[in-house]
Amino acid sequence: MSAVTVDHVWKFYGDFPALRDIAFQVEPGQVLALLGRNGAGKTTLLRIMAGLSRATRGKVRLFGSDCRDSANRARIGVLGHGIAVYDELSANENLQLFGRLYGLPDPAGAARQWLERTGLDRAGEARVREFSRGMRQRLAVARAFLHNPSLLLLDEPFTALDDRAIAVLQEVIRRAKREQRTLIMSTHQLREALELATHVALINRGRLAFYGERTEEMVQDPAWLYRHYGEA
Amino acid sequence: MRFLRQTFVICQKDLRAELRSKEALNASLAFSVVILLLFSFAFDPTAEQTREISGGLLWLVFAFAGALILNRSFARELANDCLDALVASPVPGSALFLGKAIANFVLLLAIEFICLPVFGVFYNVRWTTHLGALTLILVLGTWGLTVIGTMFSALTVNLRLRELMLPVLCYPIMIPCLLPAIQLSTVVIAGQPLGPDMMEGLRLLVGFDVIFTVLALALVETVLIG
Repeated sequence: MSAVTVDHVWKFYGDFPALRDIAFQVEPGQVLALLGRNGAGKTTLLRIMAGLSRATRGKVRLFGSDCRDSANRARIGVLGHGIAVYDELSANENLQLFGRLYGLPDPAGAARQWLERTGLDRAGEARVREFSRGMRQRLAVARAFLHNPSLLLLDEPFTALDDRAIAVLQEVIRRAKREQRTLIMSTHQLREALELATHVALINRGRLAFYGERTEEMVQDPAWLYRHYGEA
Repeated sequence: MRFLRQTFVICQKDLRAELRSKEALNASLAFSVVILLLFSFAFDPTAEQTREISGGLLWLVFAFAGALILNRSFARELANDCLDALVASPVPGSALFLGKAIANFVLLLAIEFICLPVFGVFYNVRWTTHLGALTLILVLGTWGLTVIGTMFSALTVNLRLRELMLPVLCYPIMIPCLLPAIQLSTVVIAGQPLGPDMMEGLRLLVGFDVIFTVLALALVETVLIG
C-alpha cells in the first residue's frame, strides 16, 4: 500500500488553478523532494496532503484511506512555515499539550525526551514568549516529530533556521530516513534536499513537470532538473 | 472518551493561555464595568425603571463584552500558525470547537458574575433574591451566545475585518436567545420567581442552545478546512 496517493488533484483559488491534475504515488520509506519555484503550488499540495485544505477535484489518500481520517492524522507530522506552538505556554507544556492531543501514552516522558533531543531541556519550563528565534524553531521540530509520525510533511523546513536548528533538523530527518519513515519535503535548498531524497517531484505552475527517482546527475548538478523540466 | 479528553485538553489550554495573557479578559471586564458605570451616570432611573431595564441592560453588556472574548477564540490560534497544527492533528473539529466554546463560556460567565455585584451597587438592585433562577438564565443565555460566537469566530478567523464581521454576523442570530434571556432576567431581578408563564422563555433558551450546539458541532469541520 502506498504511503501517499495523489490522484489527479486540482485546486482552484477562484478561477486560478493553483494545482492542475497532479498525480503520483509515494511508497513507504521514500524521501520525496518537492521542488518548484515560488508560487508553483508546493505548499498548496502539502496542505492538501496534511488535510488542511480540500482539493477542488481529485483526491489524496494516505495509507489507502482519506487524508482526513483520524487514524491518518495521528500518523502524520507537519512542519509548516509557522512554528505552531503557543507563546503563553512553556516549551514543556506545549509538547505535553500536543502529546495529549495525539493520545500518546506518556506525554510527559515524550516531551522530556524531545526537549533533551533538541537541546531545550534547561529551558523547558520557560515560556516560549521568552525564547530566541532558534529555540522556537527547535521546539517546532520537536512538536512535529513528538508522536513518531510515519509520514512527515515538511514545508520549506530549512528556511530561516539558525545553524543549531538546521543541525537538529538534519539529524531528525536522517534518523527518520534510517527508520524507513516516509518524508515529503518542499524546499528551495536543492543541494541539501537532493542529498536526502530518494525521489524528486518538480512542480511548474501547478503542473507536475517531473516525477522520478533521484539520480546522481541531479546531486552533481542541482540545476539540471530545472534546465530540463522547469520553465525557461 | 477520547473525544471528551481532547475537548478537555483544548479547553484547559485556552483557559491557561487566556489567564496568563489576560488579553481578552481584561478588555472584556473593563468594557463591562465602564458601560455599567456610564449608564448609571447617564440616567438616573427610579427603582421601578431600573427593574424594567435591568435585563436588557445586563444582556447588552454581556453580549458586547462577549464579542471581545469570542473574537480572540480562534484568532489566538493564528499566531505561529497554531490552527494548522490543531487541524492537522487527530483532534476532530467538533472536539476543538467544544473545547473552545466551554473555555469561552467559563470566561464569559466569570465576567457576568463579576458584573452583577457592580450592577447591584450602581443601580441599587437586589439581584440575589432568586439567585438560582438567575444563574439558570445566565447559564442558558451565555451558552447560546458562546456557541454562536465561537462558531462565527471560526468562520471569520481568516478575514481581515474579523473584529467587525463577528458582531455583524452574530448579533442577528443571537436575537432569539437574547430576547427570552432579557425577559426572564428582568422578571427575576424584579424579585419575582419564575412562574409557569415563564416556562416558554426557558424552553426557547434550551431549544436555541440544543439546536445551535448540534448545528455547530456538525458544521465546524467544514468551516475549518478551506
